[in-house]
Amino acid sequence: MIHRAIVRRSALVIGIGAASVIAACGGGQGAERPPSSAQSGAGTPASGEAPSVSPSAITPSTVDVLLCDGKTKVNVPQGTPGTAIAGQLMAEWMRKNPNSGWEAEERERHTLQPAADNSALVGQVEGQTYGRITPQDVALWKTETERVATAGSRVFHDAGELGSTIGVSCDMCHPHAANTHPETYPKFQAQLGRVALLRDMINWCIEHPVRGKALASDDPRMRAMEAYILAQRKGKTLEYGKH
Amino acid sequence: MDGPKKNPPRVKGVKSVETKHMEERDELYRGLKDLDRRSFLKVSAAAFGAVAGAGIFSPHSFQPVKVAHAQPVTGKVEQFRFAYISDSHLYERSLNDRFINALMRAVDDVNNMNPQPDFVFYGGDLAQLGQAKELEVGAQILKNLKAPVKMMVGEHDWYLDMGDKWRELFGQPTYSFDHKGVHCVVLNSVVEKDFWTARKLTPQQRMQTVAGLDNGVQSPFSVGAEQRKWLENDLKGKPANTPLIVFSHSPLYKLYKNWNFWTDDADEVQAILKRFNNVVVFHGHTHQMLTNRIGNIHFHGFLSTAWPWPYAPEGLPELTVQMSRPDPFNPNDGCGDGSALVHPDGLADKIYNLWNRNPVTVSKNYTASRGTKDKPSVPVRKSY
Repeated sequence: MIHRAIVRRSALVIGIGAASVIAACGGGQGAERPPSSAQSGAGTPASGEAPSVSPSAITPSTVDVLLCDGKTKVNVPQGTPGTAIAGQLMAEWMRKNPNSGWEAEERERHTLQPAADNSALVGQVEGQTYGRITPQDVALWKTETERVATAGSRVFHDAGELGSTIGVSCDMCHPHAANTHPETYPKFQAQLGRVALLRDMINWCIEHPVRGKALASDDPRMRAMEAYILAQRKGKTLEYGKH
Repeated sequence: MDGPKKNPPRVKGVKSVETKHMEERDELYRGLKDLDRRSFLKVSAAAFGAVAGAGIFSPHSFQPVKVAHAQPVTGKVEQFRFAYISDSHLYERSLNDRFINALMRAVDDVNNMNPQPDFVFYGGDLAQLGQAKELEVGAQILKNLKAPVKMMVGEHDWYLDMGDKWRELFGQPTYSFDHKGVHCVVLNSVVEKDFWTARKLTPQQRMQTVAGLDNGVQSPFSVGAEQRKWLENDLKGKPANTPLIVFSHSPLYKLYKNWNFWTDDADEVQAILKRFNNVVVFHGHTHQMLTNRIGNIHFHGFLSTAWPWPYAPEGLPELTVQMSRPDPFNPNDGCGDGSALVHPDGLADKIYNLWNRNPVTVSKNYTASRGTKDKPSVPVRKSY
């Protein structure tokens, strides 16, 4: 996750002998894969999990360092500089998560409209919710928001992820989400004889031209696609009900 | 891509070898009846020259004679009509019958035309992912057309095997022919710069990348220096009043780069076409009613049988009369086929046969008058 690098990347310098397993914060679950059938990455920031100590590894000359994902571990000689440990941990984590670059790859393939720039708020005090707004806050908001939309872009462009039985994905008719006009929903959809929300139309398309199964309203893929479609119509006037 | 051949074989569509042979033989004898002795000698010499020049010897082929015979002599141009089908994006039948059925509908449309068109032009993107089976099923369906077929390549046909299968089925992608006094040129305008080697993409990944209209990893389309040179040679010596039709998969102008509604070297290609009085370019790829005119060059887009594209958010030519926004509840809306009536001056009436709607004609008077005369009706439901 990108915000990890901004907010809480830290490396520990090892200088203690007794506790031989040390938890280093720096890994996270979010970037391992974009939201697909299970919720992940689309909103939950990786939190630093409690350092865990393994009683089995008591080797005085080396030390096991555990990433805060609780899974990724490297064994290094005592006195190894923290930056080197961090590098090894990262390399190990990347090896186990070959798709961790999905977000950059998706952004390169398919242009995404940027989320709003809130940098004017930096330095202001906003009471209970925000405290004093920092550049990190602003970066976090943007990164996280765009990540959900990027995850949506990935589903939108992937017939397999959409569950199409005939190899059809949304971008075939809607490159860059053109002609999706989310700003006109909800509206009375004459062909359905009732009021439709954007997600109703997404599901209609999934069931008919795409020939897949409708998604639940809270399916991470549905949430992500709504985010993407709305993101791509940035700047358009909301005109619900418009035909 | 492979370079265009100096004497590219005439692409006769998808008929069997036997049919082609018999047709060529019949045509040869028909042609010979019209010749007096002197011109027969001329034609024979030209044929021999063409064979020798191309370095080929094919005793079973009558093509060189036919090519020599087809050279315009009188400059008299007859009106004719050709039909078009384009952008069918076929998957294998077992995966997707929707696009297959759409192409079969188009074949029926064309076969029901009365009188039959002189030929049927296929505008490219027969396949969706360039697979042999996709191209084969397409060729199979197109065999049902009664009129002869001329083929053009699209990016979806090409980037899995760089055109191997397509060439095997249909011949060279770059060629020219003369029809009733009009010189027709077919280009491969979907040449992309190598974006795949450095990224270590597999052929499947390369194809998948190109298949995404809004995929920004691929490079812009171009005709390329090699084909531009071929085009110059092909047009060399032709007088400026030769009516000229150019077929290209992408529009031969710069509309919207992000979707490759674009040809990167369009300016250079247009410069080659500039000296002719009347040039009409027909293109696929854009899946919509699209009209443009740049100087002496009139541009018309083909409809797709598979799905319509939205209009580009910018760069739309002023002359374009948009089609009504397609209704998503009707899977064939905004799709279709059509035809063109080519007049003796080389300009054309372009007929968009929109399925489930009234057909729309963009007449030669409309483009010739730069939109002041004969304007097609404006759509009720515009794009958002």
